[in-house]
Amino acid sequence: MARFILRRLLQALLVLVVMSFVIYNLIGLMPGDPIDAMAAGNPDMTPEAVAHLRQIYGLDQPLLLRYGHWLSGAAQGDFGFSRVHARPVLQVLMPALLRTCELMLLGFVVAVALGFGLGILAALRPGGLVDGLIGLFAFAGISVPVFWLALMLILLFAVELHWLPAGGVADLGDGGFADRARHLVMPVATLALAGTGIFIRYVRAAMIETMRMDHVRTARAKGAREGRVVLAHALRLALLPPVTVMALHFGALFGGALVVETMYARPGMGKMIYDAILGNDYNLALCGLLFATLVTLLSNLMADLAYGWLDPRITTQ
Amino acid sequence: MTLAAIDATPVLDAALGAWHLRFRRFRTHRAGMASLVALVLLLLFALAAYPLEWLTGLDPDMADLLARFDPASARHWLGTDEAGRDELLRLMVGGQISLLVGVLATVLGGALGLAIGLVAGYFGGRADAVLMRFTDGMIALPLLPLLIVLGAVDLTKLGFSADLAHSGAAAFWRIVLIIALVDWTGIARIARAATLSVKERDFVRAARASGAEAFYMMRAHILPNVATPIIVAFTLTIGRVILFEAVLSFLGFGIAPPTPSWGNMLNNAQELVTTAPALAIYPGLLIFVTVIAVNFLGDGLQHAFDPRSQP
Repeated sequence: MARFILRRLLQALLVLVVMSFVIYNLIGLMPGDPIDAMAAGNPDMTPEAVAHLRQIYGLDQPLLLRYGHWLSGAAQGDFGFSRVHARPVLQVLMPALLRTCELMLLGFVVAVALGFGLGILAALRPGGLVDGLIGLFAFAGISVPVFWLALMLILLFAVELHWLPAGGVADLGDGGFADRARHLVMPVATLALAGTGIFIRYVRAAMIETMRMDHVRTARAKGAREGRVVLAHALRLALLPPVTVMALHFGALFGGALVVETMYARPGMGKMIYDAILGNDYNLALCGLLFATLVTLLSNLMADLAYGWLDPRITTQ
Repeated sequence: MTLAAIDATPVLDAALGAWHLRFRRFRTHRAGMASLVALVLLLLFALAAYPLEWLTGLDPDMADLLARFDPASARHWLGTDEAGRDELLRLMVGGQISLLVGVLATVLGGALGLAIGLVAGYFGGRADAVLMRFTDGMIALPLLPLLIVLGAVDLTKLGFSADLAHSGAAAFWRIVLIIALVDWTGIARIARAATLSVKERDFVRAARASGAEAFYMMRAHILPNVATPIIVAFTLTIGRVILFEAVLSFLGFGIAPPTPSWGNMLNNAQELVTTAPALAIYPGLLIFVTVIAVNFLGDGLQHAFDPRSQP
């Protein structure tokens, strides 16, 4: 078991290094460079000064050499400086990461709770009216463009009804728990909907499949109550496919967080990556993207560990 | 002979072939049929741009700053947008772009995924291990941030001329290619699994024993037998690709204005929500309806292709 985890962590590290190389090169191919952005904001900069700055920042060196420098720095825990924020990248990223984790975890928990609740409900009577309505809701959740859903929620609940704030993390001068929670309602709902739709479909399919199995019939024959049959006997086996999907969903969840944070003006990782790409903040964009990759890789690892626990026949070899 | 007569002739059933039976099963899937109709209507709506342009002489890209935010009128049926352009015509042309990106990126990405999945499944061993580790690695990546970085790449730095790099065609093909490059993993896995399940069947082994080459084997024996799950996966991918195009164009990394797409028509939507909410609603609603119809169509096809499903 320990060996399996160790090997998977090494694999994840390898993927991260490869990704850092790919992203580093892609970012180097984006329009302009950080010095252009500095020069654009300062009319006193002469071409000589620009060239000098490029030299100081090492931007005149070949990309491969720059990557080598970055990698050896990163190996020692130095991920560079953020150009826009003028602080070490990790100092900028950490608060944003916490805020994004808050959003992602809440969105994930809501999606899982709704996905399981509605998925099981739909599977109890496949083809019935409840199943049809839940299915429609699931398809709507999968099919709606996240940014447009955010727009429509803002239009309805903020612009028309004035029930909820249109964006931000907290009101100025307030910032208590209730205020922060009010600011989270629309972002979490927006983020959770897509996941909910996917989970409903997988939970429903897996439940219908397991409800037909012999051990469920045996449980019924023993006289177990229906609630126990569904929740204890069928659900455990039906957990396997949804768990895979849930782990793989973390990548999409991060993309969703990026959109949600941009739409609701929440200063989190997603919005920070977006702004860093637009503002030529190389180090910040790179580290943000690598963090996002790391989160997805670790969630995949956790899914693999969960399999072993859910189905003892699967060994982690 | 009428269709009803054929239906009543059981002897002919076998001769009608699997596809006819599948279509018959598909017809019983109400949501799937409704989606097929909706998609045909959406396609006709997008193509109606040509007669509308010809009849009215409107130009979807021509700004008229004296006619900004005009309400609906006989000339502009849905009014005009923030640059005074005809909203209805832009919705139609934008629909052509969005649908075309959806289909093209799916076909290209699907072909890539299909090739990888077939090769991995058919040859097995080391090829399989390498290709599938690569696929697993791709699946673990956060796609949207990656697409944004790819969409931000400056083509002039790759050696393309400035004119070409900033043309509308470059923006169009760039988004098709980058989505195809990242969204092929699902189809690769399905193709591999389906290949594994047929490659040890007797007819495949017989063909191999009689000396058929690998490429011929895959084309003639494996591909037709893995077609059904692939078709379903293709359908579902189109929906996802349309959503990717919409969000990328919305964020400014996709189809570049003045060329409209349903995504970039919402570029200014955050301000429009308070001033002209209808302009923020139409394009998103069309994306939503298209994607939900595509997904229901995929569901209907799955139902039709699964022999265990009730007719």
